[in-house]
Amino acid sequence: MSSWVVGTVLVLCGLTTILLVVHLIRDRAAEDGMFVLLGITELVLLAQLVGGCIALGNTERDVDGTLFVSYLVGVALALPIGAFWSLAERTRAGTAVVLLAVLTVAALEVRLDAIWAGAS
Amino acid sequence: MSRIGTESTNALAVGWGRALVFVYGVFAVAATGRSVLQISTDFDKAPLAYCLSLLAAAVYLVATTALLLGGRTGWRVAAVAVSVELLGVLSVGALSYAAPDLFPDKTVWSHFGQGYGFLPLVLPFAGLAWLWHTRALARYPI
Repeated sequence: MSSWVVGTVLVLCGLTTILLVVHLIRDRAAEDGMFVLLGITELVLLAQLVGGCIALGNTERDVDGTLFVSYLVGVALALPIGAFWSLAERTRAGTAVVLLAVLTVAALEVRLDAIWAGAS
Repeated sequence: MSRIGTESTNALAVGWGRALVFVYGVFAVAATGRSVLQISTDFDKAPLAYCLSLLAAAVYLVATTALLLGGRTGWRVAAVAVSVELLGVLSVGALSYAAPDLFPDKTVWSHFGQGYGFLPLVLPFAGLAWLWHTRALARYPI
């Protein structure tokens, strides 16, 4: 598990968070540009899911496999579910749902990194 | 500003309620996953803590489902679940400080949800505020 992946995900989450907060304050619904950014983040997360499983198979470290894979899957599911859940709510509350999904991804990603480092 | 979530409907998962349901859903999944893993792998390490984790998971699942269902029953079930949640996080939080040897391992609610950015402490208040906002539903004719 490369720390580059974790860094990329966190930077993408940070960028998306700033955009979403601005939209939230200006009382706007999430826009196409944001979904492009979410799509890019999701691609990185899916690559991480595949790469993480391969890395888990090859590593000699003492990583809790079940926990690690469940986090890999969870972090990849958060954005699609959040985006889908926000679609029926085209107001700033919908923007808040997407923002919560992005923050969930950031939190899970930090935790994922700790689990890879050996935390249980 | 647009009026959010105040339309006359029996749904609880509209407007800001939608954001609330999302957070409850995340916690339902997180707490369920955590307690299932804890209980299946190492139950004897901290039985009380793990049982409380399971209780937390059940409360979050019930609250999420009730909010999704909406209507009068959904409102009432959600009110009970959120109240239990508030009691749980306050008592387990206090107990984990007062009697730390009862908790060799953490639960979602120990130290008032410190491991989860204190969100478990904030969430029931947000839930109660939303239920108060939608209290007309308690009398909604089904």
